[in-house]
Amino acid sequence: MNRLIALAVAAGFSAMAALLSQPAVAEGERDWQETVASARGETVHFNAWAGDPQTNAFIAWVGDLARERYGISIRHVKLADTAEAVTRVVTEKAAGRDKGGSVDLIWINGPNFLSMKEKSLLFGPFAEKLPNWRHVDRTKPSNLTDFTIPVEGYAAPWRLAQVVFLYDSARTPLATLPKTVPAFLDWAKAHPGRLTHPHPRDFLGATFLKQALVELAADPAVLQQPASEATFATVTAPLWAWYDALRPHLWRGGQDFPVTGTAQLAMLTDGEIALAISFNPADAAVGIRKGSLPETARVYVLDGGTIGNTSFVAIPFNAAHKAAAMVVADLLMSPEVQARAQDPAAIGAVTVLDLAGLSDGERARFAPPPDAVGLPTNAELGTPLPEPHPSWMTRLVAEWERRYTR
Amino acid sequence: MLLRLAPAATLAVLAGPVVLGLAFTLLPAFGFLPALGGTDFSLDGWRMLFAAPGFATALALTVGTGLATTLLALILAAGLFAAAAHRPGMARLRRLIVPLLASPPSGVALGFAFLAMPSGWLVRLLSPWATGWQVPPAGLVTVGDPLGASLVAALLLKEVPYLALMLFAASATVPVERLTAAARALGRGPATAWAMVVFPRLYRQVRLPVFAVLAFSMSVVDVAIIVGPGNPPPLAVLATRWFQGYDLALYYPAAAAATLQFLLVVIAILLWLAFERPIAALHRRWLARGSRSRVPGTAAEVAGALAGLLIVLGLLSLLAMLIWSFAGSWRFPAALPDHWQLALWRDEAGGAAALAGTSAGIGLAAVAIALVLTLACLENEQRHGLHPGAAVLWLIYLPLIVPQIAFLFGVQVLLIHAGLDGTPAAVVWAHLVFVLPFVFLSLADAYRALDPRYAMTAAAMGAGRWRVFLMVKLPLLARPILVAAAVGFAVSIAQYLPTLFAGAGRVATLTTEAVTLSSGGDRRILGLVAVLQTALPLAAYGLALAVPFLAFRRFRGMA
Repeated sequence: MNRLIALAVAAGFSAMAALLSQPAVAEGERDWQETVASARGETVHFNAWAGDPQTNAFIAWVGDLARERYGISIRHVKLADTAEAVTRVVTEKAAGRDKGGSVDLIWINGPNFLSMKEKSLLFGPFAEKLPNWRHVDRTKPSNLTDFTIPVEGYAAPWRLAQVVFLYDSARTPLATLPKTVPAFLDWAKAHPGRLTHPHPRDFLGATFLKQALVELAADPAVLQQPASEATFATVTAPLWAWYDALRPHLWRGGQDFPVTGTAQLAMLTDGEIALAISFNPADAAVGIRKGSLPETARVYVLDGGTIGNTSFVAIPFNAAHKAAAMVVADLLMSPEVQARAQDPAAIGAVTVLDLAGLSDGERARFAPPPDAVGLPTNAELGTPLPEPHPSWMTRLVAEWERRYTR
Repeated sequence: MLLRLAPAATLAVLAGPVVLGLAFTLLPAFGFLPALGGTDFSLDGWRMLFAAPGFATALALTVGTGLATTLLALILAAGLFAAAAHRPGMARLRRLIVPLLASPPSGVALGFAFLAMPSGWLVRLLSPWATGWQVPPAGLVTVGDPLGASLVAALLLKEVPYLALMLFAASATVPVERLTAAARALGRGPATAWAMVVFPRLYRQVRLPVFAVLAFSMSVVDVAIIVGPGNPPPLAVLATRWFQGYDLALYYPAAAAATLQFLLVVIAILLWLAFERPIAALHRRWLARGSRSRVPGTAAEVAGALAGLLIVLGLLSLLAMLIWSFAGSWRFPAALPDHWQLALWRDEAGGAAALAGTSAGIGLAAVAIALVLTLACLENEQRHGLHPGAAVLWLIYLPLIVPQIAFLFGVQVLLIHAGLDGTPAAVVWAHLVFVLPFVFLSLADAYRALDPRYAMTAAAMGAGRWRVFLMVKLPLLARPILVAAAVGFAVSIAQYLPTLFAGAGRVATLTTEAVTLSSGGDRRILGLVAVLQTALPLAAYGLALAVPFLAFRRFRGMA
């Protein structure tokens, strides 16, 4: 009986609150309810890079949640490279398929995002209308600007990334590791064959080159502008000088490279290499947790800081299931999903939310588990450096292939 | 009536996609791809291909690894046969190679990669007690070596058993005993005798399988991704990468590369044929001279021993993946996992079952269609007293001899136009192109060899043609039909490129998943997928042997 009264009172209050609130908000709220209702029963083809089994398992978990909450199925279309999904949308546009497209949601950022935004292949703006947008940390520049490109609501943030270097503290003490980009050269000379980076065709391999460029460029501010023929040659000259000297001391004499970042992690576990670049600060903790890295694995960042960015999800202009895709994008930004993502037992992805704006109960979910090993502190990570304009990455990869693929 | 259409339908399934696909690969290679605005003749695709970084190396790799694999596979398979022909262990050997025959090339390659890598199982078994290595040696280059030696080795693990099986099948039609006895009576050792008189006769019959091996080795994508060099990779991998890349301008050089791949295979086959004559002449001179040299015999024995070693390596590769799927952690240089676990199989059961279900569903559908077409063709042949010639055999081999990459791209263009890309039906159809030849080839001999008197007796007792077909022929042929089905099923499970192209990346099977995971960091999950990749076709073989035994126990005396 008491519960019934309490419910009636609560209902009365919420009705009052609805009456008192701004009409626009109420309308937005109603729109959203309609979106959620129309999304029920739909299947979202979520095109996402699938090189990491933990992330795949996490996406499957989100799929279960979406089915339970909203009656939406998520079909994870597993990509080796996000560009595959971009190509698909471009092909569909070329073939005149302006609706009913096969890609509903893409995990995207950097050059792929720029390419889709420039070619008007994205649906939106939608992200800032999602209910959970209010929790997003808007003081983090990378949540609003992706690789110098304003996002403007054409993609919804879902995880933060920052360059770290993984090592096994039992085999290689932190004190002996290089803390600056030039120091990598001396370290590699002293430990021939124990350093490598993923092939630059892989985003993480390209990031290795970018990280070096940011530190070696005479004026890193130039990197925030699109690269031109002239600026590219002068700005990257110190990078190639450094890399030419470094390459002979890399794993297999710099003739071959692990295909992906995860392949590189397997090499670290096997002891073939002593250092591995990663984009996830929690990678050591995650790897220890799942048993793929030794208990003594740790991460560190360079003295001058490391590059950081935000991963987004975007909806193609011709997506067949836009409403359901928006609901999934919103779900990915929800405190519940974000907290789960940040747990090293899941994927250890740093949240895009502003924890200060959450309720105490929600905030508590984000506390690191007491038994977590290998997690860096915020102080250790420092402030991430901004990503260069995507044109730098594209040109770096092409120039690297031209120079070093024979 | 319908039966008369069977050969045409089969031809349409086999040659249609190949010919149309080749055409729609050729057009973009010369600038025609209306969907992307290419409407004018242009050689830009070729220019981009020739100017691509590492193109010359990629080309050399393609030709070198393809020819080396084929030549070595033939020599080793022949050696295996020569060495085993006079030894009683032959039957046991055939049983041993069944898992290797059943498992997909990608599954074997995954295991081999772990076996051979500098931190792999072989080094672990020897470390640190024999090598002194506490960490893997930095100077050792194995998997992904720039010359493609590990790619050749990984391919041999599959191709040697395949050619050995083909030789074995061919030997049924050659009086091996009588021929070798004659040669041995002239004082030759058993292996020499086999190489002198039996092999030349068998070779004529395995020539098409050899060409299939040649085409496959030159254009394989999945195995090359797993163990081949990456910087640059062979041509087929390069083309696949471009087809899938985000830059649509790369479609043109990709189509050019696929066309070049086709030309390379054609040239390689012509070269091979051109060398056959002089080699045959040398062989005749050798026979005529009556040489008593021991070298050929010893060479055959060595080749046989190497082939035996290869089979052991192949089985170890499969075993390594099985162990990984139960490993908690397995660090260098431990010879076996430090911790074991069952949790992975429990946790991944749902996802793995879904993948296995998709793979099996596609395989069963393709096999069912292939069986219907094959049986209809063969029955039609018998009713009309047809005797298909060599041209028909070449047609059946067509999809196995034209490189996959060369026509699958064109097939995908067609599928997109028809709005069928990414559907399970499209994948089944693409698999059927490769399943059908194997089903047909496995079943044809048994069907044609069935004693016609069974059918005549039944007919004399008043049974109609369909009744004879259903009640007499099918039960009598139950075992070969089921074995053909199992072979077709294994072929379907193994398909990577057809699944990727027809499935538009949206249809995930065990094999596409295995290749995707091969670049990942967790060998345990990779092990699990690779184990299922082998287990599914093996189970099909097991069923093919067990079902007729159980169903027809009453007629045990008949088979």
